[in-house]
Amino acid sequence: MTTPPPQDAQTRVPSLARGYRLQHDKVRDLWLIQAPEKALILEGAAPEILRLVDGERSIATIIDTLSVRYDAPRDLITNDVLTLLNDLTEKRALRA
Amino acid sequence: MTIAAPMSLLAELTHRCPLACVYCSNPLQLERRAAEMSTEGWLKTLDQAAEMGILQVHFSGGEPMARPDLPQLIRHARSLNLYTNLITSGILLNKDTLAALDDAGLDHIQLSFQDVTNEGAERIGGLKNAQPRKLEAARLINELGIPLTLNFVVHRENIARIPDMFTLARDLKAQRVEIAHTQYYGWGLKNRSALLPSREQLNDATRFVEDEQRKGGLAIDYVTPDYHAETPKPCMDGWGRRFINITPSGRVLPCHAAEIIPNVAFPNVEDTSLNEIWFDSELFNLFRGTDWMPEPCRSCPKKEEDWGGCRCQALALTGNAANTDPICSKSPLHHTVDQALKEAGKNPTDLLYRRF
Repeated sequence: MTTPPPQDAQTRVPSLARGYRLQHDKVRDLWLIQAPEKALILEGAAPEILRLVDGERSIATIIDTLSVRYDAPRDLITNDVLTLLNDLTEKRALRA
Repeated sequence: MTIAAPMSLLAELTHRCPLACVYCSNPLQLERRAAEMSTEGWLKTLDQAAEMGILQVHFSGGEPMARPDLPQLIRHARSLNLYTNLITSGILLNKDTLAALDDAGLDHIQLSFQDVTNEGAERIGGLKNAQPRKLEAARLINELGIPLTLNFVVHRENIARIPDMFTLARDLKAQRVEIAHTQYYGWGLKNRSALLPSREQLNDATRFVEDEQRKGGLAIDYVTPDYHAETPKPCMDGWGRRFINITPSGRVLPCHAAEIIPNVAFPNVEDTSLNEIWFDSELFNLFRGTDWMPEPCRSCPKKEEDWGGCRCQALALTGNAANTDPICSKSPLHHTVDQALKEAGKNPTDLLYRRF
């Protein structure tokens, strides 16, 4: 089990790193992040989460927005959002 | 067979280049400036590429910065949501030319280096003082914050310096490094005996790469030389599966070396749409999928992993592009590869430079 990150981590404002772009592939009907020499295909809730990553919203705001939009418990959404953002930070798609 | 849409386009804007690298991937028969496709031709091609599902465009050459319309092409590609990658020698890059590319929305740059030493770089690239200009290019790219990959082609003469290549990449704040063993087609094939490494050198290279990967913080793409392998590489990830190459004059190819294939027409994007060429042309269907395969490929369990290896290599080494890639230990002509390995290193000072 992972330790829940401190609340203040959610005040951070995530944004895609330069060289990484979120886009919809209309020919294959999927969402992906375009990256140097590859495209990361996004599945499940990832596109909905990343569409809110705009360099203005904080992590907390993103979680609140999704929680209201899907009428889902905040804890559940928090886990999804943080897992995705950590994974993409490790892949350097997000600014650390 | 369902044919999937292509993912990636290598746009060879020109064959003109200030360098004369002895392993240049351009064909022996270079296309001259007068034959190059117009700006309008390339703009239309980019429209068609985006429409059919291509995601990334690699602007290459020759030296793509020799085309003054490069910023215009990049800006157009970005407006179509294409990912724009520039593959450059850096020789024509200065503060102004780079600013124009940045302003056009360039996503990523791959900067080629021939070596880490001035002497090694000049011997391979044939241009005096190329190395300091490349170092300056990397500095300017960093200054603007454009993501940077360093490309190193490695061979018998520079394999020992792979650790220094990683040091240079970290010093120059590159996020990625490509360490690509020389591929033996065209110019590289002409210089094969001087460039092909020994088995021992290959083992060194692989160890250097693995050591660096353990350190972390630098993404490394490692392209191995297939001459020492027992199974062939999945060349282009399969003929006509993901990749389109367009030559300076607008010829559309499944790979950059395919113009050596005999008895087939090479369609041109100025005459036929990219879509029609990809799905319907004789060239793109010639070695697509597995139906064309001879034995031992046809009954091989790996046929949809390596796709029969490389057609251009089969042609170059066995005289028939439809043969099994002779790299495969099951190929009846595998001895052609063993022969090349025996000849490696015999004429180390004779280099043929890539020239018009």
